[in-house]
Amino acid sequence: MIVAGIDVGGKNAHVVLMKDDTILAKGEAPTGMKKAEAAERLYDEVLQQAGLKRENVECVLDTGSSGRKVTFAQGVIPEAAADARGVIRLVPSVRTIIDVGAEEGRAIKVNPKGKVLDFAINEKCAAGTGTFVDTMARALEVTIEEMAKMSLLATRSIPMNAQCAVFGESEVVSLIHARTPKRDIARAVHDAIAGRIGSVARIVGLEKDIVMVGGVAKNIGFVESLRRDLGMDVIIPDAPGFVGALGAAMAAAAGVLEEEVKARVVEKEKYEEGKA
Amino acid sequence: MAEEGREFWRWPETRWTNPGIDWKQGNIIAVGVDVGSVSTQAVAMVDGELYAFSNTRTGSDSPDSARKGLNMALEGTGMTTHNINYCIGTGYGRVNVPMAQQTITEIACHARGANFMYGPRVRTVMDMGGQDCKAIRCDERGKVMKFMMNDKCAAGTGRGMEVFAELLQVPVWEIGPRSFQIEKEPPMISSTCVVFAKSEVVGLLEEGQPENDIIAAYSAAMAHRIVELLSRLGVEKEFAITGGIAKNEGVVKRLEGEIGIKTLEKVWYNPKYRSRKYPFDTQIVGALGAALFARALLERGRVKSVRKQ
Amino acid sequence: MLAFLGFKDGSGEWFIIVDTEKCNGCGKCVEVCPANVLEVGEDEYDPFREELVVKVREEERKKVRYSCASCRPGYGEKPPPCVAVCEPGVISHSEGWKLLYGKEHL
Repeated sequence: MIVAGIDVGGKNAHVVLMKDDTILAKGEAPTGMKKAEAAERLYDEVLQQAGLKRENVECVLDTGSSGRKVTFAQGVIPEAAADARGVIRLVPSVRTIIDVGAEEGRAIKVNPKGKVLDFAINEKCAAGTGTFVDTMARALEVTIEEMAKMSLLATRSIPMNAQCAVFGESEVVSLIHARTPKRDIARAVHDAIAGRIGSVARIVGLEKDIVMVGGVAKNIGFVESLRRDLGMDVIIPDAPGFVGALGAAMAAAAGVLEEEVKARVVEKEKYEEGKA
Repeated sequence: MAEEGREFWRWPETRWTNPGIDWKQGNIIAVGVDVGSVSTQAVAMVDGELYAFSNTRTGSDSPDSARKGLNMALEGTGMTTHNINYCIGTGYGRVNVPMAQQTITEIACHARGANFMYGPRVRTVMDMGGQDCKAIRCDERGKVMKFMMNDKCAAGTGRGMEVFAELLQVPVWEIGPRSFQIEKEPPMISSTCVVFAKSEVVGLLEEGQPENDIIAAYSAAMAHRIVELLSRLGVEKEFAITGGIAKNEGVVKRLEGEIGIKTLEKVWYNPKYRSRKYPFDTQIVGALGAALFARALLERGRVKSVRKQ
Repeated sequence: MLAFLGFKDGSGEWFIIVDTEKCNGCGKCVEVCPANVLEVGEDEYDPFREELVVKVREEERKKVRYSCASCRPGYGEKPPPCVAVCEPGVISHSEGWKLLYGKEHL
């Protein structure tokens, strides 16, 4: 059976095509302003790569912060569920997943079978996301990769006071005016966001193995800062940005859409219902 | 009021001296300096009457900003720091006001200052500074009963509006008027976070939405942020808005619309000040409150005067 | 005076609410807080008040969302330690934690 998973994120979309538990093809592209269209285009490209057409795919599931925007999929599965499925395949010993993308940061606690036990999410605030990193890189006038590399060469650690991407940008500009070496500022940026992500992770409890996924997992400066903040090692699988799409494809293959949707941790509604 | 091209999103610097007072005849000279993240105000009062004030831009150095602000307020008056009985610093940079004998939070100072400017009927004050937003409930004496401040998140702060103005390249004082040059009120910008809101705005611009509509949408969103803060405390009449945002009619009108309460007119409660047309600058409220505290603490014998001359 | 100490952002309202009228500055809450968020000192919001009052430490104020999360204020049967130990009932929390971190076992 051929299935597909599409992860429509704030910055990038990822697609994974699978047949009977083997990955046939995968692809990544920026989502830009028109996310649904970008995701669709990418999907068709990946299909072409595998020599397939849309009709050949039995089930397509979406995930991601803009997953709901793609209309042709059979359904949407929550990011936490997608991440759990994807990571358990790549790192069977995982117990804690940290997923940081462009628009959301989350921590997920899973049991040995990969079922989601608990999660905590940082959403609607750029400070705990890849967007924070992007913003500061722009303020430093370097690429994200350059900023990551230079942060590893920092000679001191400066705390950032701002807990907001906008105020943080002003703070970085002030540091630049004060002639602080860019590598030290770079480290401060990564330490700042790692502190917030670490705090989110502590809400679900730090249990090894800790696996980091999402676009920001490719940022070596951030990963170093996170390891320092957690005081524990963090495993980064290959192609960490694809884990969501992989998990969505696996869910499509397992045909467990209903169960995953039911199993989603519903914060407001269910809790309010219970209280009433 | 000459502005450089790059800084047209900041309010202009101003100062004023009360022509009807000779400070040398006065007994108690109380001063308040409010060093905010974006602007600094200094207020001098002589025997409880407003004597002089200034509104300047905060620079990268807080102590320098405080000095510059006070010097500008006292410009042409012949008064120096040696003539001041007591000075209180407030605001974000309050620990860095070198000429202050004491610091008091802006919350307390805003309530006091609003009580003086708008009168004892004020019960709710909303102040939006450069990097914060405060909702304050006070009693008829200007004493704080409840307060809530956000200074962590740029949404609903002056900076949030500046970022937007910079993005559109529109001077901040044009935002208000232009937000009304629309046919129909558009839906508000949905992202709370200023960074995500910027992307949303760029998307709307690319779609070809008229700029004024986008300005209206952003102003409505900002008003809504403020309402969220205020409703947690409850708005009791009379309601006054202070700080730079009070000058933005686009946000003020939408805020009034959402809570169903009109804000107090921006005129002095004191009939003498009104009839003599003393300038009513909502940005001086914090420094004014600080000056009032300085005088009160002296009068009650809680502190000693440091006046040298 | 009701002091809301903390912050509000896109993710919710995260405030520790202190009723200063009821606070006698005893400091028990400071001792039991596992995140070291609280301290007792002069009331900076009321210059005429002479008694000490509990407040949130300045370094922690913009991070209370995370610091308080482990005590799960607002849900479950047990109140957080700072609330439980305070006889006059000075401390409470805003809704952010209750709304966002409710969980359901699968």
